[in-house]
Amino acid sequence: MSTTLRIFCLLAAAAAAVPFVPGLIYPVFVMKVMCYGLFACAFNLLLGFTGLVSFSHAAFLGSAGYVTGALMIRFGAHPLGMPAAFVLGVAAAVAVGFAIGGLAIRRRGIYFAMITLALSQIVYFLAVQFRWTGGEDGLQGIPRGSLFGLDLTSDTTMYYVTLALFAAGFLFVYRVVHSPFGQILQAVRDNEARATSLGYDTDRFKLLAFVLSAGVAGYAGALKALVFQLVSLNDVSLHTSTEVVLMTLLGGVGTIFGPLLGAALVVGLQNYLATIGDLVTVVIGLIFIVCVSFFRRGVVGEVLHLVRRRAERPSEAAPERAEPAHRAPIPTVPAPEKAVQA
Amino acid sequence: MAEVALETRGLTKSFGGFTAVKGLDLAVRRHTIHALIGPNGAGKTTVFNLLTKFHQPTGGTILYEGADITREDSARIARRGLVRSFQISATFPHMSVLDNVRVALQRRLGTQYHFWRSAKSLGALDGEALRLLADVGLSDAARINAADLSYGRKRTLEIATTLALDPPFLLLDEPTQGMAIDDVDRIKRLIKRIAEGRTVLMVEHNMKVVADICDRITVLQRGEILAEGSYAEVSADPRVKAAYLGGGHG
Repeated sequence: MSTTLRIFCLLAAAAAAVPFVPGLIYPVFVMKVMCYGLFACAFNLLLGFTGLVSFSHAAFLGSAGYVTGALMIRFGAHPLGMPAAFVLGVAAAVAVGFAIGGLAIRRRGIYFAMITLALSQIVYFLAVQFRWTGGEDGLQGIPRGSLFGLDLTSDTTMYYVTLALFAAGFLFVYRVVHSPFGQILQAVRDNEARATSLGYDTDRFKLLAFVLSAGVAGYAGALKALVFQLVSLNDVSLHTSTEVVLMTLLGGVGTIFGPLLGAALVVGLQNYLATIGDLVTVVIGLIFIVCVSFFRRGVVGEVLHLVRRRAERPSEAAPERAEPAHRAPIPTVPAPEKAVQA
Repeated sequence: MAEVALETRGLTKSFGGFTAVKGLDLAVRRHTIHALIGPNGAGKTTVFNLLTKFHQPTGGTILYEGADITREDSARIARRGLVRSFQISATFPHMSVLDNVRVALQRRLGTQYHFWRSAKSLGALDGEALRLLADVGLSDAARINAADLSYGRKRTLEIATTLALDPPFLLLDEPTQGMAIDDVDRIKRLIKRIAEGRTVLMVEHNMKVVADICDRITVLQRGEILAEGSYAEVSADPRVKAAYLGGGHG
């Protein structure tokens, strides 16, 4: 088992203990961190491991949330209601991801980002207009239903189901990154022209990565809808799309755990500084400025960088491979339509 | 002309009002090393970009082993076995040297879209990747990141990666550009060796490399063929001397 997976098992074990010490840390807070952590992992799959900047991730989170929520409101009582609504929610995010990705993927850099932004605004518009999404009100009081006989109305049961689903989602992202497909994604991120010249249709790889990322974002969205029994316009808003950028960069883009830590930091600040009201955004903004000015690799990225420099002493050479996290570059928005040198 | 591997007929490329390549008729014979030389701006790299479809030709046709590949995209052409290198070193900088080569080998497994499979399944390719690295003298660097290699070794890695595809046709864009003299010599011998049983078309500025290993030379000037022949023929051509060699090298 790799170090990454060992660390993840420890984290999961710690998370499993949380309901026993509710005085120390709120289980509901941890569930929120898990939902946003997964969301940031999905975003990181695209930004950190494929090199694409998307401003449409809220559209995936939100559309899955709306579909799962609307289905639960109608069919939540059915014994298979929850798994079916969950799966269909993810399927909706995959479909929206395929539509947006399919249109945007041929463009590069800032143009790609802008197309995803524009298309996600259409999703926002639809969420306002449709009746089944509840418009301005959103969907409230979504029933959690039951999963294979487990009644999810209990917060403790929901907590463990959330933890299990979160772990599955996280391990899925981990597997994608460490798969034959993930290797090609890294190659595309590092040098797209070279990957093409080796015979890979880079657009197809990027599109598949985009759709997978949308699917995981939707997975987080469907989970979030069940946990909070609420889906609102905020879930499909540009604000959410930019927040996930913040979480990912703060934690460490291109690292496995960075997005989780980033999500915990941002959600934590929002929760614990809620008393200062709108000033929270100022605090988060300042932290972000400090982050991009002084530790651009993000928290996890900087730590791994230090560890790696230590490990580069010859005596400790040949560390376990297949740990590309600490090799990830600091992403830059690629030059628009970089022309092949004539 | 069965011995011709790659042929262009009337190949033309215009960028707005500027015609970079004008009606180029080029024939590269199989199992030869063919050099494309010419002063800066002659259109050499544009020709490469047209052959590998990083640019779309404005006119003309490209035939590879008798098949018309004029309308095919870059990745498809690479899969046909027409593999290019780049003027600036083209490695995957944040991947290890071994992984760089393995990415090229990976296509033959047919698992490149398998996002559910463990990357450990690629371990089956390590042996061959290491053999390729040993072949070009990079065994000792297998585990370090490509970004940490010296410039000359990056270019060597690029050749190893290209060789991993076992392409019958190699397009090398200035393989020795910007290299130290020792490296130039090493790359020259490497190209000579790997050209065994393959066809090589290379853009090269270093006349010593061209003279030593190239069987045939095409001189381009302003997008057109100025002269063609062996090094002796081309270097004796007064037009070439005037346009390019300036008399001093001839």
